[in-house]
Amino acid sequence: MELLIAIIIGVLTACGVYLSLRGRTFPVVLGLTFLSYAVNLFLLIMGRLTIGSPPIISDNAANYADPLPQALVLTAIVISFGMTAFVIILSLKSFLEMGNDQVDGKHRP
Amino acid sequence: MMDHIVIFPVLLPLLAGIILLLLPRQQLLLRRAASLAAVLAQLVIACLLLNTVNSGDILAYALGNWSPPYGIVLVADRLAVWMLVVTALVAVCALLYALRGTDTMGAHFHALFQLQLFGLNGAFLTGDLFNLFVFFEILLLASYSLLLHGGGRLKTKAGLHFVVINLVGSTLFLFGVGTLYGLLGTLNMADLAVKVAHAPAEDSALIHVAGLLLFAVFALKAALLPLYLWLPAAYAYTTATVAALFAIMTKVGAYSILRVYTLIFGSQAGSVANLIEAWLLPLALLTLIVGVLGTLASARLRQQIAYLVIASIGTLLTAFGMNTEVGIAAGLYYLPHSTFAAAALFLLADCIANRRDVMEDQFEPGPVIQQQRLLGALFFICAVLIAGLPPLSGFIGKFLILNAALSHSALPWIMGVVLITSLFTLMALARGGSMMFYRAQAPHICRIDPNADAPRSGLSVTAELTPVFCLLALCIALVIWAGAITEFTTVTASQLLQPELYIQSVLNLEVKP
Repeated sequence: MELLIAIIIGVLTACGVYLSLRGRTFPVVLGLTFLSYAVNLFLLIMGRLTIGSPPIISDNAANYADPLPQALVLTAIVISFGMTAFVIILSLKSFLEMGNDQVDGKHRP
Repeated sequence: MMDHIVIFPVLLPLLAGIILLLLPRQQLLLRRAASLAAVLAQLVIACLLLNTVNSGDILAYALGNWSPPYGIVLVADRLAVWMLVVTALVAVCALLYALRGTDTMGAHFHALFQLQLFGLNGAFLTGDLFNLFVFFEILLLASYSLLLHGGGRLKTKAGLHFVVINLVGSTLFLFGVGTLYGLLGTLNMADLAVKVAHAPAEDSALIHVAGLLLFAVFALKAALLPLYLWLPAAYAYTTATVAALFAIMTKVGAYSILRVYTLIFGSQAGSVANLIEAWLLPLALLTLIVGVLGTLASARLRQQIAYLVIASIGTLLTAFGMNTEVGIAAGLYYLPHSTFAAAALFLLADCIANRRDVMEDQFEPGPVIQQQRLLGALFFICAVLIAGLPPLSGFIGKFLILNAALSHSALPWIMGVVLITSLFTLMALARGGSMMFYRAQAPHICRIDPNADAPRSGLSVTAELTPVFCLLALCIALVIWAGAITEFTTVTASQLLQPELYIQSVLNLEVKP
């Protein structure tokens, strides 16, 4: 399970880094999204993987899952969601104003 | 009331921003008055706080009455409050300049301005690493919108780069924070400092990685080499008000470096003690060199000022990078000086560019501008300030830094780089000034469209230049009260280098029932 999650995070990050280095805005936005997915997953499992244990106090629980990473990842998801929405609109604005979707705003010959 | 004063610098701009969103768009005067009142109130609160923490107390405030390290704390020590005061002063001047018409160039300028201050004040006050991330995001989201305020292709292009690189930075920040939480089980900075010092040896490598990841993020915010490339375009193409406010933005990165690497990864951090000492000073000196080379190569005044901001961050981090009490104290004196001087130059560059028509702020002989002598004199004063010539505050700042370097092992490097770059800064500014003022051609058709600037000419030149005068007066105040201020920065630095004071006042905070 740990290995699987670690591989998923690694693949997501690698895809994110590759895509965010591309020259067009759409892959860059996708790359940033992949990176934020990777980091959200990373934050979540920083409380360690547990199965079937509650994050809040209950009478008949043997052990607990760490609730803090779940709260942190919620915040991180909200922020990255807002940022992604912003960067999409900005990319569209850039496309309309520059007439192309290059990140550095230049025309290809 | 006074118990809760620590949270006021965070709450006030947030509430002001929300109220400004609700005010109707037509009532410009009302919105301007509300915005200005909110900023002035923040200045008053920051001064009150300064008065309180000047006794050496560290005020900790447990949000929601959750006792640390479980809840989020706000901490006001000397450094945090010093930053609050500088921010409020720059914000007042930038806002005064915006009232001349920048705020009508797009929707919600005032609300965004307040939210930017909300993020800045929060970042300075928070005592929690994840909370620092959240406040970074708040100030960045406001700054993205402010950067694009007014519209235009160049702003969009610079804005896209700024947004993308900062989003990558935020991701790295979360990776660093996540690693620290996974290893140490806390995010409260005071608690982290305790836990890092007693971390088991097998975790030391991972803590090392997390610490350096955070350094990369803060270096990006501070525009340290090699992560400075986003800055020149972003600062050069945005409106003058926003650029003046952004003069404090790079200092947030410098503040975070100072805070995190004296408190968490300071001299008492066990296996990761003085984590970035080997990196900070060389990178800062290289940043200084690259920044000054940029000022020499600039073709436009605003671009040159943006590179001067980079050079000033290099100087500032050189001071912090010495990691001694005198070095940090010198840096804390240099910090407000460089912020005020850069903000004044950005505003002045806008005044000059407005008068030069199509030439704008390019370094080419253009028409003789209106109020040439006044503007020329102001430019000269700003240049003296920035280049660090006596008798103004730049000279004192650089003198203090060089004085601090005397006892440092890297003395020849610091001395050589700072002095030579000062000379080059002077040359770059002299070139720009003589291009724009001495070589101006006398008779010239001054206005292409005489009606274009009709509303602007209705305002007197005094009103236009008041914010610049205010900022220069602040720099002169830094000279006049240099004794008192250096005394304050010295005790601030000594407080920073004794992290146990901070840790005790946070962890021993008694929560009232």
